[in-house]
Amino acid sequence: MNGDIAALLLTLRLAAISTALLLLLATPLAWWVARTQSRWKAPIEAAVALPLVLPPTVLGFYLLLALGPHGPVGSLWGALGGGPLVFSFSGLVVGSVIYSLPFVVQPIQAGFEQLGRAPLEAAATLGAGPVDRFFSVALPQTLRHFLAAAVLGFAHTLGEFGVVLMIGGNIPNRTRVVSIAIYDHVETLDYAAAHQLAGILLAISFAVLLLVFATNRRLRGTPVT
Amino acid sequence: MKRLASLLLVLLASASAVADPLHVAVATNFAPTCRTIADAFSAATKHDVVISDGSSGKLFAQIENGAPFEVFLSADAERTRKLEEGKRAVAGSRFAYALGRLALWSTREGFVRDEGVLRGDAFQHLAIANPALAPYGAAARDVLQRLGLWERLQPKLVRGEDIGQTFQFVSTGNAELGFVALSQLAVEKGGSRWQVPPDLHAPIEQQAVLLMPGRDDPAARAFLDFLKSEAARDLIERAGYGVPSRP
Repeated sequence: MNGDIAALLLTLRLAAISTALLLLLATPLAWWVARTQSRWKAPIEAAVALPLVLPPTVLGFYLLLALGPHGPVGSLWGALGGGPLVFSFSGLVVGSVIYSLPFVVQPIQAGFEQLGRAPLEAAATLGAGPVDRFFSVALPQTLRHFLAAAVLGFAHTLGEFGVVLMIGGNIPNRTRVVSIAIYDHVETLDYAAAHQLAGILLAISFAVLLLVFATNRRLRGTPVT
Repeated sequence: MKRLASLLLVLLASASAVADPLHVAVATNFAPTCRTIADAFSAATKHDVVISDGSSGKLFAQIENGAPFEVFLSADAERTRKLEEGKRAVAGSRFAYALGRLALWSTREGFVRDEGVLRGDAFQHLAIANPALAPYGAAARDVLQRLGLWERLQPKLVRGEDIGQTFQFVSTGNAELGFVALSQLAVEKGGSRWQVPPDLHAPIEQQAVLLMPGRDDPAARAFLDFLKSEAARDLIERAGYGVPSRP
């Protein structure tokens, strides 16, 4: 049970860090995709959406190759002085960010698209600079989408299994996340422990989603000023 | 309409003419060998064999919950025993069909000669299958304990969920070396290896059992008999397994 609590805490930490990084990464990406006329728009959108359709094990397998000591990312990281990525917490963060990317980019992109250009152009004519336009106009009006993106990214990372299975190595306190712990309990026929942990994960996931739907309703209810 | 009806009739007739194939569940490590044995069996008896592979634990859970497999080739002796106790398998039908052999393997040429490499400091990660899940993992733990290295190597251990994943960790170079099944190296000629002496670990006895859905199917019993035949034992040995001594 101690191991299970450690796995739970590790999973929450992984989800929190990944979500923070995802928001930082996805916001400029979504902004660009929502507003660009470039011919790269479609290919980029397709690439971002890939984790939605690929089995996580495929993603994990490619990550195992790419992050490994002979892979492009792994050897670059090693040359920059980083430790091995595979079998490490940092590796799981990299994997989770890629795996959950579409869940964060797409809601934010939808928000920016709904917003349209008009409010931003109006703000510009009133003398607001680009940074000001983003923080005073775009962000407040798309807060609902950001919230949805953060929660989806967080919840999706909580339940991550296939990628971690492939690149984690099941090391306690480092890469042994809840889904792996549950899998181990099922495999060792310890169904009671599996039930317990799965129940906790289910409750957390439901609470998180409940939060987003409840807040969503309230945010939608406020008039847009 | 009439044409459709006759088409249906033909389809129904042909479906009943072909006998139901035999459904075999097999532990992943033995799946390729099982395929060759099943082909030989089909050629000899005209029974078709459908193979489903997975980890022994998953297959066990599926069988417990009514999966329609008739024969189960497990990677261990515990799950077959539990199935028999739980009346999911025919009492007295279990037997050992293969003995797993362990190898320490690295993709680097000349890296592994014997257990000496484990005492050195030339590696960051040693891959083993999870001892709690996989019989090959438990055997790897036995070996490390017997060599007095289990405690010291803890920080370097990475665990695959099964022996297939453990193999992958090593073959992609992410772990410099690892304990894999000798059968996995039957087709893999590269790198360097140490074939672990069987007396360094408890035997990895892989058992087969006749499941309840196959109780009255002569094809299922014929397949299990075939598994004990000289022809099958030969294929099993060639795939890198030991075979149990004749009773």
